[in-house]
Amino acid sequence: MEMQKKDVIIVGGGPAGLAAAVELYKKGIHDMLIIEREKQLGGILRQCIHDGFGLTRFKTTLSGPEYAARFIEEVKELGIPYVTGCAVLEVSHDKVVTVATKEGLVQYQAKAVILTMGCRERTRGALAIPGERPTGVFTAGVAQAYINLYNRMPAKEVVILGSGDIGMIMARRLTLEGAHVHAVFEIQPYPSGLPRNIQQCLNDYNIPLYLSHTVTEIHGKSRLTGVTVSEVDEHMKPIPGTEKYYPCDTLILSVGLIPENELSLDAGVTLDGRTKGAVVDENFQTDVEGIFAAGNVLHVHDLVDFVSMEAESLADQAAEYVRTGHLAPCNIEIHTDRNINHTVPQRVSGEKNFKLSMRVNRPMNDCRIVVSQDGQVIASKKMKKALPAEMIQMSISADKFVSKSDLEVNVEC
Amino acid sequence: MEQMYDVLIVGGGAVGSAIAREMSRYQLKIGVLEKNLDVCYETSGRNSGVVHGGFAYDTGSLKAKLCVEGNQMMDQLSEELGFTFKRCGKVMVGRSEEDRVSLQRTLKQGEANGAKGLRIIEKEELHQLVPAAVGEFAMFSPNSGIMDPFIYTIALAENAHQNGADYYLDHEVTGISRREDDTYEITTTHGVFHTRWVVNSAGLGCGKISDMLGITGYHVIGSKGDYIILDNRTGSLLPMPVYPVPSNTWMGIHVTNTTDGNVIIGPTAENVTDFEDYGVTQKNIDFLAESASVIWPHIKKADYIRNYSGILPKWVDENGVIQDFKIEIRDDIAPHAINLVGIESPGLTAAVPIARYAISLMAEREELKPNPDFDPVRKGIVRFAEQTKEEQDRLIKENPDYGDVICRCEKVTRAEILQAIHNPLGVKTMTGIKYRTRSMMGRCQGGYCQMRVEQMIEEELGLKETEIRYARQGSQVLFGKVREEA
Repeated sequence: MEMQKKDVIIVGGGPAGLAAAVELYKKGIHDMLIIEREKQLGGILRQCIHDGFGLTRFKTTLSGPEYAARFIEEVKELGIPYVTGCAVLEVSHDKVVTVATKEGLVQYQAKAVILTMGCRERTRGALAIPGERPTGVFTAGVAQAYINLYNRMPAKEVVILGSGDIGMIMARRLTLEGAHVHAVFEIQPYPSGLPRNIQQCLNDYNIPLYLSHTVTEIHGKSRLTGVTVSEVDEHMKPIPGTEKYYPCDTLILSVGLIPENELSLDAGVTLDGRTKGAVVDENFQTDVEGIFAAGNVLHVHDLVDFVSMEAESLADQAAEYVRTGHLAPCNIEIHTDRNINHTVPQRVSGEKNFKLSMRVNRPMNDCRIVVSQDGQVIASKKMKKALPAEMIQMSISADKFVSKSDLEVNVEC
Repeated sequence: MEQMYDVLIVGGGAVGSAIAREMSRYQLKIGVLEKNLDVCYETSGRNSGVVHGGFAYDTGSLKAKLCVEGNQMMDQLSEELGFTFKRCGKVMVGRSEEDRVSLQRTLKQGEANGAKGLRIIEKEELHQLVPAAVGEFAMFSPNSGIMDPFIYTIALAENAHQNGADYYLDHEVTGISRREDDTYEITTTHGVFHTRWVVNSAGLGCGKISDMLGITGYHVIGSKGDYIILDNRTGSLLPMPVYPVPSNTWMGIHVTNTTDGNVIIGPTAENVTDFEDYGVTQKNIDFLAESASVIWPHIKKADYIRNYSGILPKWVDENGVIQDFKIEIRDDIAPHAINLVGIESPGLTAAVPIARYAISLMAEREELKPNPDFDPVRKGIVRFAEQTKEEQDRLIKENPDYGDVICRCEKVTRAEILQAIHNPLGVKTMTGIKYRTRSMMGRCQGGYCQMRVEQMIEEELGLKETEIRYARQGSQVLFGKVREEA
């Protein structure tokens, strides 16, 4: 088996991988390879034909394929090497990347590996929704792929579980293609997707959204014939007596995304139980030296713009690592209170300015997010509204650090 | 002229297909009538996948005898038929004096049944074998094991088919009548068949078919068990199945490693009359996790990838007591009909001995001539994910489709899916591909590959998108095109 040397291997040619590649190239790292398992670059954006992408990154609204095309064109113009239709089978702890290609297995010894594999959708099985096992239960992404990439119509009478963004976008898409969407049900007392999607995908099409409701039984021996929906209490347990039956042939699930870290785990990368992505430092380096991660494989983002920008921001440090084989140690840990689900990064050096990304656990009004060290506030951000659906970012300056102690992130209401 | 079969087998599950395979060792014209669109859709595919040691059944019963025989021949069968079998052993853990007495009784019974190597082990040895198991002591059965029940059933069927047995899928038997010349006319949902011999290996339908043969009076109940499947990253914590101390009628909720590295938790046991409802209830899911955590405390909801259920056909007497396997020829009522009733667990382990026992009854009534062309070897689909890197490289160089990974979770390649689509039995369903390749069986449950698999079935078999079925009749996946293609 041939073994080739590369400065950088980028695993995944979606928005994060493409952005990281372009920025690394601009920092002078040219000996790299993007490895994409699909036939084309672009990742999940290829099936996201709706608009709304790029408002932050490009100050204009683009469809998913248009957004991806901006990066793909740049990759091609710069002559950044990439392969498609090739699946990475393994990334080892010492950064040997094994790839299945049509010509055989190929191995690369990389100085640095950038993990940009994105995420997968949570399934019916993971939620353990009770009931029979008919076909007609699809994740939103599968339904989207059938319609937008495969020209296949998987639904007529639809119920949607979960108010994630893809679920709402599919409510609109299915309606436009002639299906009848009865309702969207969300188990939480608040929506899990963005306010703009509630307006543009549900309200504009008179599709009702029921909060604190979930599907408690699936019916149908062959194709789905209906679902039972129940109201849930404050502990998200179904309330007996509230069951309502909805006849439908399709149940679309938009119940969360899980970063796809199988390769990371095999490489020995430690994951954060809250993000399901790697624990990283301000350089986006995992706890395996020279293995970096960015985008949805690291933590699920709300907007692709932030995915690209995060991936771009790791280029400086990844380039430095390639040149010197070393980055400053990051031993200051970041802790959160119970109002905050997680932060990225989870560790910093205290020597560099960095951007702190986080999500809150529940909607909060008129609150202040406070970052402190040794009891002293080193950064804060006022929020009129903090929603779990929206990622919050704060810039932290290194010169505000007062010691080498860990940081605390709290929400004051 | 009408086609006359020597034998028509009703039901193509593990037992029916084992009978077809073992009968194809003789010069017989064999047909198999299967009501589903594939051979492992019911009990044969919906179980724990455990190869039992034979200690749990009454001494002298067919269950005990045929299970021990089946266990002993499993290495050879696995070799011949190309399905995965691991003789990994199994432990039944106990903690009270009562448990110890019960395990000692089970051990004695096992020895009387001919199960080899059984012994009581203490905590220290238990934890050497299964560090994550909870128990003060255990009965260890070194000869128990695990297998892939889908490929096992498929392999038996394919080997029967390659030795000349005809498979008729989607052929549900609706009536059986004996004609004046003592041959049988069998009516199905897709045509009428004629045969000299008929075999009832209809599993959950055994009572119905037995009635059609005129052998009435068998009371067959369904015992439904729900299971949870965990992510294959959990498999490293479970080198062999861990069972609780069994009761007389039930193995108890256990945790089982699978040949693919997953962990299965289950089953519950409820008597049911609807033999087609494979629904799983919330109550049972919660109960399974709670019960099994007592013997293996590593069950986390984050590792759930799927749940499923299976139904065992149990023949019971008027008091509801579960009976032994019934394998009979009733010359008085239905000559030339081999009637199998109540083939439940350990039917998977015992399928080939059951088949041989059934054939021995036939041979008492008719001379069977060996088939000189019989080939016991069935070659399966070579799985990319199970090969070494060197082997993978060689496979791709021989066939570039092995370099095209379609299912990312289970690393199933285009080459494997193409072989599965062109399977010898002519199965065309999505689950047919799933059971044969493991595509759509991993943690993303087909989120990535199901569209690709669907498209490949359309293209390879020339089917319209509206003709693609998921599993059962009527399980239409797609309603048409979004817009007409130019």
